[in-house]
Amino acid sequence: MQRIGVFVCHCGTNIAGTVDVKAVAEAMKYENGVVFSTDYQYMCSEAGQNIIKDAIKEHKLTGIVVCSCSPRMHEATFRKAAQSVGLNPYMVEIANIREQCSWIHKDMATGTEKAIILARTAVAKVHLNAPLTSGETPVVKRALVIGGGIAGIQTALDIADAGFPVDIVEKLPTIGGKMSQIDKTFPTLDCAACILTPKMVDAAQNENIKIYSYSEVSGVKGFVGNFEVTIKRKARFVDETKCTGCGLCTEKCPQKRVPNEFNLGMDQRRAIYIPFAQAVPKIATIDADYCTMLKTGKCGVCSKVCTAGAIDYTQKDEFITEKYGAIVVATGFNPIKLDKYDEYAYSQSKDVITSLEFERLTNAAGPTAGKLLRPSDGKHPHKIVFVQCVGSRDTRECGKSYCSKICCMYTAKHAMLTREKYPDTEVYVFYIDVRTPGKNFDEFYRRAVEEYGVHYIKGMVGKVIPEGDKLIVRASDLISNEQLTIDADLVVLAAAIEPDKTARPLATMLTASMDTNDFFTEAHPKLRPVESPTAGIFLSGACQGPKDIPETVAQASAAAAKVIGLLVKDKMKNNACVAHSDENMCNGCSNCAKVCAYNAISYVDKEFRMPDRTTRVRRVAVVNDAVCQGCGACTVTCPSGAMDLKGFSNKQIMAEVDAICK
Amino acid sequence: MQEVMKNKAKELLASGEVRAVIGWKKGEFCYDITPAVFTNAEEIDNGFIYDDFCGANLSKYLIKEAHKDGKVLVFLKPCDTYSFNQLLSEHRINREKVYVVGVSCDGKVDIEKIKRTVGDGIIALSSDGDKISVETLYDKYEINRADALAERCVNCKSKKHVAYDELLGDEGEVLDSKRFDEVEMIENMTADERFEFWRNELSRCIRCNACRNVCPACSCEKCIFDNDNSGYVNKAPVTSFEENMFHIIRAFHVAGRCTDCGECSRVCPQGIPLHLLNRKFIKDINTLYGDYQAGEDPEARGPLTSYTEKDPEPSVVTDKE
Repeated sequence: MQRIGVFVCHCGTNIAGTVDVKAVAEAMKYENGVVFSTDYQYMCSEAGQNIIKDAIKEHKLTGIVVCSCSPRMHEATFRKAAQSVGLNPYMVEIANIREQCSWIHKDMATGTEKAIILARTAVAKVHLNAPLTSGETPVVKRALVIGGGIAGIQTALDIADAGFPVDIVEKLPTIGGKMSQIDKTFPTLDCAACILTPKMVDAAQNENIKIYSYSEVSGVKGFVGNFEVTIKRKARFVDETKCTGCGLCTEKCPQKRVPNEFNLGMDQRRAIYIPFAQAVPKIATIDADYCTMLKTGKCGVCSKVCTAGAIDYTQKDEFITEKYGAIVVATGFNPIKLDKYDEYAYSQSKDVITSLEFERLTNAAGPTAGKLLRPSDGKHPHKIVFVQCVGSRDTRECGKSYCSKICCMYTAKHAMLTREKYPDTEVYVFYIDVRTPGKNFDEFYRRAVEEYGVHYIKGMVGKVIPEGDKLIVRASDLISNEQLTIDADLVVLAAAIEPDKTARPLATMLTASMDTNDFFTEAHPKLRPVESPTAGIFLSGACQGPKDIPETVAQASAAAAKVIGLLVKDKMKNNACVAHSDENMCNGCSNCAKVCAYNAISYVDKEFRMPDRTTRVRRVAVVNDAVCQGCGACTVTCPSGAMDLKGFSNKQIMAEVDAICK
Repeated sequence: MQEVMKNKAKELLASGEVRAVIGWKKGEFCYDITPAVFTNAEEIDNGFIYDDFCGANLSKYLIKEAHKDGKVLVFLKPCDTYSFNQLLSEHRINREKVYVVGVSCDGKVDIEKIKRTVGDGIIALSSDGDKISVETLYDKYEINRADALAERCVNCKSKKHVAYDELLGDEGEVLDSKRFDEVEMIENMTADERFEFWRNELSRCIRCNACRNVCPACSCEKCIFDNDNSGYVNKAPVTSFEENMFHIIRAFHVAGRCTDCGECSRVCPQGIPLHLLNRKFIKDINTLYGDYQAGEDPEARGPLTSYTEKDPEPSVVTDKE
């Protein structure tokens, strides 16, 4: 028989405001097995913990129930307190009477009634608790960063600086990400390449960093401290160890008509290419979709001109497996596709472009060598209309309900730079709201309006109609309440941004959770913003939510700090709440092994003595304690109930249900 | 057919190829044919039967018999081979110890359907193709065989054997069955009507456990309903409602593994259409995860124990109603 103590926390007025804590403590005195019950203002405080410790010693408690906040908050605190006076930490149960009770009820009577039920439920569970001990496993001191944009690069650099090896997996032939396509960066207007490319070079030269470019994560096994990741190295048909990046092949390749994705298809590249001059690694890649040699077997020009002998048409996708202690997701964002926004004539006119395309048109390394020219006829536009919130704050199915956050600032930047370079150009910006919170952000926007004379008009554009070489923009001005018609030369759409499409399948592999917009969710929106709820998975940059560069870099470094904090540990305590199989009941059906996400279950043939004194060999499941994460998938799959979870046994859960229904 | 099977059984027993034969023999009445294990030619000559009433699925008996030394011959009808494969995939049967003889089947007869026409007191039955002649204590009747076929045979899902070492008779095809029509009918009821329907059906349950004992998917070393330690044993019979839960729990336990062999409904002494619970699961699994027939391929991974990125999110299920 257990001797149980119950400790009811007021949490100031957080709990005591809607729950009669004294009544809860009093009611628990009459529960079976409870020998001590009390309440206190802050159980988690030192004084509160001392009440628990003293009671354990004085009343020889064998199990305790703390009625307080969520176990995610303070379970560890109370377990530690119990352990310090010799009680097994797994004899501690938390009844969550804050998040699941006082915070959601307004009425004291209901709140108290429910708190009593929750406390009673925890007491019922403690009756069936058993002391548990946990083993230890070593931590693999190597990190993986998925995505080689500014977020991934910064995280990798910081981890590498702390002395830990780190690998970057980038799906494109070069690292750099979206920032490498951007011309100038707000609010200081320094050139993106000038601040990014040195970091790319740093990453390439850092001896702790290994870059797997043109590669993808194809499988993840294991758990925090011990991930096993399979990386698919896509065939680039160029030997990375031999290619010197001289670029001769990219000049001689006869296949010239390949849309250049780096310039968003606004010009063309060859079938063998280096995305841009500062690419890291600077290695050519053959685009198998366009290469004549790979498609028809007739060409081979690049191979003939390559003095290094780096071309290898027979290269195949390669899979490598590496172990990591921590994984950082830095998969970034993309502007949304605008094919559902016919009203802006994006697919009808070449002169309706996205803001990212505008960046390329103003970039010295872009398709127009930095001259702002219309894509249709190469003429200088004299009237430009910028449309903000295209797809952002749009609750229709084709849009995104959230604010993309960066568009107000980059549109102000575009407008300002256009006016500065081409003062003969009239610039209009249509907006719903201008949102510029951030250091020196509002000043920046005000300069665009006040110093550069950009026409900011509150209102949305209803329609863009291509007519001759003009774009007729129909819009409404909400402040003067009039309809406007502008005959523009160029229309720039600030398309909403969304997480990269590779994020969703990756989240599945990592068992990391996502919100409905496919942004990764953080363990706590305020207090643990760079960690995923899945242990050992960290978040960096726009994969977690829309972010500008300063914010991305800040989060990237924060994620690195968390990774370093994990990697400095030599060993990790295993979860003590692991599954185990009762071999007398096990059918050997393998269903548990099939659902185990951690490959923790194997099978052995074992000899059993039968009631009639014969023996029979049966196939039974065995759980590897070090690998089991205690998710419980096996216990619900097991048809006979042979598989059970320590600390959350079927019987304990049934006892809890019974206590609730009593 | 019966004679061909008998000869095959005797031949393999005589050659020592198999130790025992699992087949059917006469029960207390002419129509309650029961599964049996034969170990010599004499037993086979005296008792072996294969007729319209050999509905029993013999695959489950292999769990026990195939653990013993030597090989076992088993006669499996097309639908039984699905159960056999499912048991193979769950490692319950050692394939090397079994010699499967597939036998063709043109549907089995449901004695309850005959009784509905002729009443009680049946003393003799004989069938000649399309007709069944029935003799009772009181009268003689002639019934269309098609009218007396068991529901699972009317809605037969497959006449094709998915596993065998040797085939006797003709091989058939996977059929386009209407087996989900009745499930759909129940789905179209209002929630209250549906609740009433099942309360009414399950109220007749006497917890004889026949459905569980016959079910090839219910083959646990220790059933949770027999396990004092599981916490379920004393729960089920507390109220009539909890007794109903027995069937729902059982349907959950066999979900994704049930091949729809229909044995549960065949053996229910109270005539509860238990197969409809399982068929609802099968239908839902087909809708949510794509068509899947348990036991069709012993190497296949059931949709409930495998995960793909294309699996529907929970909202697909919750938004349906």
